Amino acid sequence: MELANLSVLLVWGAATALAVALIAFAVDLSRLSGAKVDARDAARSRERVAVGADAPVDAPVSPYGPDDDAGPGPVAGPVSRKLAGIGMSVTWLAAALLLVAIVLRGIAAGRTPWANMYEFTLVGTFVAVAVFVGVNTRRDVRFLGAFVTGLGVLFLVLAQEKFFIEAMGVQPALQKYWLVIHVGVAICATGIFTVAFVTSALQLLRDGRDNGSPLLGSRHWGWLDHTPAPAALESLSFRLNSVAFVLWTFTLIGGAIWAEDAWGRYWGWDPKEVWSFIVWVVYAAYLHARTTRGWSGTRAAWFVVAGYACVLFNFTGVNLIFNGKHSYSGL
Amino acid sequence: MAGRTSSRDSREGTYVPEGIADEFTQGEPGEQANGAPSSSEGKQKPDRPNAPALGLVGTLRWMWRQLTSMRVALMLLMLLAVAAVPGSVLPQRNQDAAGVIEYLADHPTAGEWLDKAGFFDVYSSVWFSAIYILLFVSLVGCILPRSMAHYRALRGRPPRVPSRFNRFPAKASATTDASPEEAADAVAAGLRGKISWLPMFRVDRGEEAARGARPASATVSAERGYLRETGNLVFHLALVGLLVSVATGQLLHYRGQAIVTEGRGFANAVVDYDTFEKGSWFRPESLVPFSMTLDNFESEFASDTVAFAQARDFTAHVTVTEPSGAQRPETIKVNHPLVVDGAKIYLQGNGFAPEITVHDADGEVAFSGRVTFIPEDTMYTSRGVVKVPDVSPGLDQIGLVGYFLPTAEVNADGSARSAFPQPVDPLLVLEVYTGDLGLDDGSPQNVYELDTASLTPAVDESGERIKVLARPGETVELPDGLGTLTLGEDLPRYVALDLRHDPSLAFVLVFALLALAGLTVSLFTPRRRVWARAYVGQDGATVVEVAGLARGDDAGLQAEVDRALAAVPGGVVASGGETRPAAVVEAAAEDEPVQTSVVEPVETRSEKD
Ligand code: HEM
Repeated sequence: MELANLSVLLVWGAATALAVALIAFAVDLSRLSGAKVDARDAARSRERVAVGADAPVDAPVSPYGPDDDAGPGPVAGPVSRKLAGIGMSVTWLAAALLLVAIVLRGIAAGRTPWANMYEFTLVGTFVAVAVFVGVNTRRDVRFLGAFVTGLGVLFLVLAQEKFFIEAMGVQPALQKYWLVIHVGVAICATGIFTVAFVTSALQLLRDGRDNGSPLLGSRHWGWLDHTPAPAALESLSFRLNSVAFVLWTFTLIGGAIWAEDAWGRYWGWDPKEVWSFIVWVVYAAYLHARTTRGWSGTRAAWFVVAGYACVLFNFTGVNLIFNGKHSYSGL
Repeated sequence: MAGRTSSRDSREGTYVPEGIADEFTQGEPGEQANGAPSSSEGKQKPDRPNAPALGLVGTLRWMWRQLTSMRVALMLLMLLAVAAVPGSVLPQRNQDAAGVIEYLADHPTAGEWLDKAGFFDVYSSVWFSAIYILLFVSLVGCILPRSMAHYRALRGRPPRVPSRFNRFPAKASATTDASPEEAADAVAAGLRGKISWLPMFRVDRGEEAARGARPASATVSAERGYLRETGNLVFHLALVGLLVSVATGQLLHYRGQAIVTEGRGFANAVVDYDTFEKGSWFRPESLVPFSMTLDNFESEFASDTVAFAQARDFTAHVTVTEPSGAQRPETIKVNHPLVVDGAKIYLQGNGFAPEITVHDADGEVAFSGRVTFIPEDTMYTSRGVVKVPDVSPGLDQIGLVGYFLPTAEVNADGSARSAFPQPVDPLLVLEVYTGDLGLDDGSPQNVYELDTASLTPAVDESGERIKVLARPGETVELPDGLGTLTLGEDLPRYVALDLRHDPSLAFVLVFALLALAGLTVSLFTPRRRVWARAYVGQDGATVVEVAGLARGDDAGLQAEVDRALAAVPGGVVASGGETRPAAVVEAAAEDEPVQTSVVEPVETRSEKD
């Protein structure tokens, strides 16, 4: 019991750290938008010049212009990104706290710590945060910070307040190594989908602002100018989504193999199976939309939004509303 | 063989998914003629329906092109997602038949319409099937031509070396004292890789005549990533295989359910199952006539406070008798079905089947047997029915309905429930009815239900229903002098077994894994082209230039180019950084790493050490 309580405390610690990081990232973004609006126009023309000089004679007709748009580039120069740095460090701390909390929870329950909704939320949040800090070691994605940490706080508080159940063993249907594989992979996929969703949402916002949306054109949205160009966001989101999609495919296959042993059939259109299938089809449609004339770019990004909505519904709605074989939330 | 030209490049035109800028073709204006996405391949222009006056054949052709276009595939995918939703919201017959009946009773009008439209059997409904069949027709129509084109492309050669490298996203150059031919050979060998039967790149070595200020050069053109398309095709074809194997399984499978109590058994024959379901191609001969006995059943429940009474383990110990007569002991657990002769036997449920004996008013044994009580909650508060026929002439039939409580907890108001799933303090609580149970007219009855509507309940003076209570080993009087009831001393357990045979399982699995593998390969194989040119520079040293081009955003491209250059022997002076585009140099100069999808300066440098 001691360990279980400590785990709960650590989750609150992680949530607090994420909230602090959220504030740091948010202030960082607002400072960026405070930077002179002129800088934006300057940057625009600079980009244009760079592209003009450099572009192939017949420039690729991507919906966003060249793929390798250099993103925020020099605009960020005069503004200090110290707060973003602090945000990153605190996010690392949150990830570490959450990891320890998850491990303690597993020890307290004497099994893999992802067998019910509460634990799934903890681990999923951890994966999302870890993917974010992980990607950030390779390329600068601090602009995602406010959103990833924001979602993280939301998820953790929801978990503590709504999904919490005591740490304990599991029923016979769950006692199999597939619990580790199937659910573990599903959580990873969900975490990555989360970061990809944030990226695509930013892409849509940025795209709206660039195309003179009256709502997004206001000063409050100025920070959008400091995110990478839509094309770069699109390609980041695509890479994350393709990893997550492969994992999701594996989740379905693994789930079917397990169901064959645990429930006596590999597929039975149980509500959870239905919604996992819907998620899969929506992301498959996303991949096809990306390659369809007139559907790539912004429209494809909407598929990511729809797909992620299905992911969330599959996790919350299906567990709480429908009555299926997959009712392991413990609530 | 100078500057061998690839004219096979037309595959780009056929392959290029609509709307995606293809740098491969964009980078080589010289080869546009073949490669431009506007080539006249039909499915490239689904959005311009040039339908007028085509006649029947023309119209069919036009429809086929529409169907096999990406746009229609996209629509069908979206439709499929939407069409799958109602099946999770409404109860479905094959999972929850009782739910459907209840729904129909609650919503008579809407229910009837929904039923007619197949909303209670969504996944076998006409409309759902129509969507996925159309999708798969579209898929086959799309994938077969692509497979042919890919087969041809697999025998193609990498495209000719472009005349100028300066506008490519990744490039590097170096000087060496090796001859241009040696340098080019080294680059070519490096690109091919060490494993001769599995080259990284498909490579062509060529020579090029002098052009403008540039002397004659040795050239290399190389391409990798053919596997990307291969993976994509494997993925789609595997989906077709998956669908076909699932359908075959549906036709050939059978599934039977049987309830077996301790010490008893059943044989694998259609008549021995309580319920039996089969596909239309099933033949009864395919049932292997083994038999099985349940020796005993063990269950384990948590008794700590946190997880009180949660199930922890169920084990059925059985003896299997093969048709040959050979016997062997086996166990069946949840999650660990027993496989006998290709059929899987699952442990789906369990409960108590106490032995109940009823003597009628004349003292005759009117009923004796094990009665299956079905658990209704996690504490195994279990409901059961006893239907006692009229064996002695002139007596009524007796119906007993009520609960078996493994650990009885009787409340002040007379209601009772179980407080733990194991038989700590067992009690049988039954209400008694008399009348015509309909046992004589031979019509099939549900043994778990008693229709009390036409029966008379036994009541006490105040009109309350009388409850008969019995503990194991006890004999109690039935009210109104109906006779006596005896509850057996030991409480046999029963298991609900589900036996299933589906010969397609292995195929389903193989195609699913093939699809996964194909998908992974197609999403993560980079498609790159690398070109190199080596010539004698003005100062007499050999200049080697390398350029790379990738499909889409490819972070590893510069590293690939640098690796190719690093293969050049003899005092190489890399000058890659200086030839990078201005924007990238600027980016690299920032202290903050900046989003550059093409170049990763830090990583690139360390690659070469
Ligand atoms: C059962 C229905 C289908 C599913 C689940 C499905 C799924 C997928 C997935 C997951 C991918 C991603 C792999 C990749 O991007 O390379 C893909 C790619 C692709 N699919 Fe499908 N697909 C289906 C039907 C179709 C149909 C009907 C067509 C043709 C009309 C089609 C054409 C393509 C093409 C051309 C690509 C490659 C796009 C690219 O080159 O990136 N698919 N499909």
